[in-house]
Amino acid sequence: MTAADASNSGTTLIDALLSASAAGIIELLSPYPPGWGGALLVGLLHSIEIALGATCLGLLIGTAGAYGKLYGGPVVRDLLAVYTTIVRAVPELVLILLLYYAGTDLINQALTAMGYQRVDISGLAAGIAVLGFVQGAYSTEVIRGAILAIPQGQIEAARAYGMSPGLLLRRITLPAMLPFAIPGLANLWLIATKDTALLAVVGFYELALATRQAAGVTKAYFTFFFAAGVLYLLLSLFSNLIIGRIEAWSRRGMPSLKEAR
Amino acid sequence: MPGEAAIINVVARTSLWLQPHRIVLILIALGLVLGATFFMRWDWLPQYYEMGLLGIWRSLWILAVTCVLGFLLAVPLGLAQATGSFWFAAPAKVFCTVIRGTPLLIQLWLLYYGLGSLFPQYPWIRESWMWPYLRQAWPYGVLALTLSFAGYEGEVMRGAFAGVPKGQLEAARAFGMTRWKTFRRIWLPQAFYRALPTLTGETVLQLKSTPLVATISVIDIFAVSSKVRQDTYLTYEPLLLLALIYMTITGILVFAFSRIEARIPNKIG
Repeated sequence: MTAADASNSGTTLIDALLSASAAGIIELLSPYPPGWGGALLVGLLHSIEIALGATCLGLLIGTAGAYGKLYGGPVVRDLLAVYTTIVRAVPELVLILLLYYAGTDLINQALTAMGYQRVDISGLAAGIAVLGFVQGAYSTEVIRGAILAIPQGQIEAARAYGMSPGLLLRRITLPAMLPFAIPGLANLWLIATKDTALLAVVGFYELALATRQAAGVTKAYFTFFFAAGVLYLLLSLFSNLIIGRIEAWSRRGMPSLKEAR
Repeated sequence: MPGEAAIINVVARTSLWLQPHRIVLILIALGLVLGATFFMRWDWLPQYYEMGLLGIWRSLWILAVTCVLGFLLAVPLGLAQATGSFWFAAPAKVFCTVIRGTPLLIQLWLLYYGLGSLFPQYPWIRESWMWPYLRQAWPYGVLALTLSFAGYEGEVMRGAFAGVPKGQLEAARAFGMTRWKTFRRIWLPQAFYRALPTLTGETVLQLKSTPLVATISVIDIFAVSSKVRQDTYLTYEPLLLLALIYMTITGILVFAFSRIEARIPNKIG
């Protein structure tokens, strides 16, 4: 390749990037119909909805699971061990496919057995259920560790006051374990936001699928995947900001981490 | 009689573990497995057997290559963040944040569809020696997974490098070691020992990320199971077998790493 060729290809590269950039990119990403920005934002909204729902469901499953693992009978403990081990050993993509088909199948079979019509499960509900089930296994471990980190005396003191188990959970265990659980749970929230992208493979409409459709129609693959990456990154950075606030709030009244060292 | 004592020990531990409810649970699990074996369709297995083995081989190969390359990239990333000047630390930090803040699926698609669609526009790329590779899907998969592993592990290595006590490095300097020798003999090994427990988790996470390459048409074990599902219209059987395969690989990985961890000196720091 001669020097002239090289400089020539260099200018064509710049030309191509320039022609694709500026006006073209702004037009493609504009939020109004000829542009696809609106579709991406709707996708991002769906992603956030699914991630929020899945994290909440995961927290419920995780709290129940942690209680079962710590205070449950031998059978409950073993079943929970099987649940957390299997879910954490199998790729999320496989679990999503398996749970999605199995879940919708089971619900429809139950409905037909009871004499109802088959229903179409909404993508949002199925996505939340599937990701929540996966998140539940991880949160079980995080919350179990956090409960174990509570000084045992606090729980004994609450029992000595005659608190019922429900009150003990609400007033002592949950608030006291929060500072220990927040870093792990924050990590799980970030994983949840990123795992929503996997639902694109099953065909849920969220940011990754919206991006793929937009890119497929306009052929501007690089622009759209880059834009989606920026949106996900902004979501992560914004989450980090909020998580920092929540962590500071949950540790109120405790010595700061720097002093503790 | 150490052998006899060991046998008694094993028997005692087994009898402690094998409580009545566990026997019932094991029987139920066996019943489920037998039920799955007899009442589900497995007649497609002989036909896809070889393809499946090839798929497993590809998945493992991608896992090994991306973990090794990713770790090699993570060492300078961690080092730059732990000690480097601002001009080294900032780019490394940005890289780790971007990789950890975006889904791997988007990174993969950005590389494969995005970069892959830009390349053919330039004749000099199409005429270069790289073109036969750039036309295939697997280099993009390997690149995306390597960068992802480096991003996550770089953050771990930053902590590991920073966690090696200063006294160790000062002692090495007092011995007259050069900076490179200090790094090679003292700093890197101790940081590696510190990072090893998390390395197990990261490798398992990496294994669970490998099926994503199936979305860019690399034929790994996940893609094989998708093909079986399309060909035979079976939903559960290929997916269940796939889950079992991944669980087995995870189990082997965890066991292997626990053996490696048991061999390192545990009095560090």
